[in-house]
Amino acid sequence: MSAITRDEVAHLARLSRLALDEGELDHFAAQLDQIVGAVARVAEVAAGDIPPSSHALPLTNVFRPDEVRPCLTPQQALSGAPAVEDDRFRVPRILGEEA
Amino acid sequence: MSLIHKTAAELGRLVASREASAVEVTQAHLDRIAEVDSKVSAFLHVDAERALEQARTVDERIANGDRLGPLAGVPIAHKDIFTTDDMPTTAGSKILEGWRPPYDATVTRRLREAGLIILGKTNLDEFAMGSSTENSAYGPSHNPWDLSRIPGGSSGGSSAAVASFQAPLSTGTDTGGSIRQPAAVTGIVGMKPTYGGSSRYGLIAFASSLDTPGPFARNVLDAALLQEAFSGHDEFDSTSIDAPVPPVVEAARQGDVAGLRIGVVKEFGGEGYQPGVLARFHETVDLLESLGAKVVEVSCPTFGYALPAYYLIAPSECSSNLARFDAMRYGLRVGDDGTRSAEEVMALTRAAGFGPEVKRRIMLGTYALSSGYYDAYYGQAQKVRTLISRDFEAAFHQVDVLISPTTPTTAFPIGERADDPMAMYLADLCTIPSNLAGNAAISVPCGLADEDGLPVGLQIMAPVLGDDRCYRVGAAVEKAFTDRWGGPLLSKAPAL
Repeated sequence: MSAITRDEVAHLARLSRLALDEGELDHFAAQLDQIVGAVARVAEVAAGDIPPSSHALPLTNVFRPDEVRPCLTPQQALSGAPAVEDDRFRVPRILGEEA
Repeated sequence: MSLIHKTAAELGRLVASREASAVEVTQAHLDRIAEVDSKVSAFLHVDAERALEQARTVDERIANGDRLGPLAGVPIAHKDIFTTDDMPTTAGSKILEGWRPPYDATVTRRLREAGLIILGKTNLDEFAMGSSTENSAYGPSHNPWDLSRIPGGSSGGSSAAVASFQAPLSTGTDTGGSIRQPAAVTGIVGMKPTYGGSSRYGLIAFASSLDTPGPFARNVLDAALLQEAFSGHDEFDSTSIDAPVPPVVEAARQGDVAGLRIGVVKEFGGEGYQPGVLARFHETVDLLESLGAKVVEVSCPTFGYALPAYYLIAPSECSSNLARFDAMRYGLRVGDDGTRSAEEVMALTRAAGFGPEVKRRIMLGTYALSSGYYDAYYGQAQKVRTLISRDFEAAFHQVDVLISPTTPTTAFPIGERADDPMAMYLADLCTIPSNLAGNAAISVPCGLADEDGLPVGLQIMAPVLGDDRCYRVGAAVEKAFTDRWGGPLLSKAPAL
């Protein structure tokens, strides 16, 4: 039985904002099925009451002083932008036509 | 001996004493790059003019009597995943082609402050995802020992640059083995410091809980000098450790293992390991015993699950981190014809800008984090991560350091594993546990495999903030082998 289906891969591609073509979906479905099958081995470890680690080091709530410091100028911040208008990032429409 | 064959420590001393100028040293390496990099393809970007300008500044400061650090005037190759405000930064991806960051990474800034001369930016697997540089959008780098083979990855441009004498030092980042594996397969030294010991600020993120900047060099002392130059607390990285840098340089100078307890990881060896790799490893175990170390076998039962846990945790973090490449604020934008929505442009851009391995990992991570699968995959992998840390803790009660081969095989041919992700992932089998637990680990050369004449690496793992132990044992191994071989391993590499 497959660990992951082609339809699931198409769904994952949508969630991941990746406009994949049909050929890519077929290719990735086979590979992801193999990879998911292999990594599912973690289930063999008896770890019911073991606390999860999100990080190697136990650090929490690291803050630095809340003080005003020099930062990027608008020109620096916009220097890599694909499109700029009036010192702002210009982006494609984000709302539907009817909105 | 020509300038390019000297160690970084020697070059620093020559420049400081004005026996050689930083400009001469830099020019010698630029000439080497011009001579051999068309074959090796270590660099994505070289800025000769800027490098010579930096070198002139160092020479002027020394002439004025300024006291600079031990690496002032020494050239370095910088992995193209650290931001640089005067050079492009691509992370090996088309999605960042031509991008000029508006700021320097902390590692970049500290290299400059130490007077190191940045020659250029080195090739890597896209966003550091890979073990061969074949996932670079700009083509693979080549192993100087055999140009038809991989130089390791993801920091393969950096390992190839140092192994081919284009730079005495380079930077790398290690998320699952991306410094140690390339060092092992090119016959040089590569160190993954303790997680949090070197700053991630300005390092383009792949898996934030694992990513660790570290040094490459042709010898243990040079690696220690470089690690010391860019390490230490950084308030711009919230996971940076606020503690003194371990005494790595002193340990590299000491290089003594008498009375040290060394554990051989029982789980790393046997099936899937190349006989020539195991032969060199066992020879190194004998060597360490002859130098007075007490060697015992240590079992770390969960290490066999490190690889699957890593390939859930790293892709999960990657799927979140790479969401920032949205075609809105910087980088590539595709399909913005005035009719398409931001979301459509985003999906088209990411499909065009990311390569296959990055897409695979983003989707794998999205899968592992999705509701219904989270507990079984990401959650379970995090528990395995805890158990791996506990295996290390138990082991370090018995021994001072653990050792293993760095990689199961020597450098494989370019193309052999390119479309077989699971085979590629096996290259990091022995290196991944130290990323999950965050402890220090180094790879040092331990000889050539009989069957193919290619370099083999010894991995030395030490506890969190025990980086100096890696250098101490590494230096002892290096000294003993250099005496036995009659010179460094790289002197056996073919001329390019």
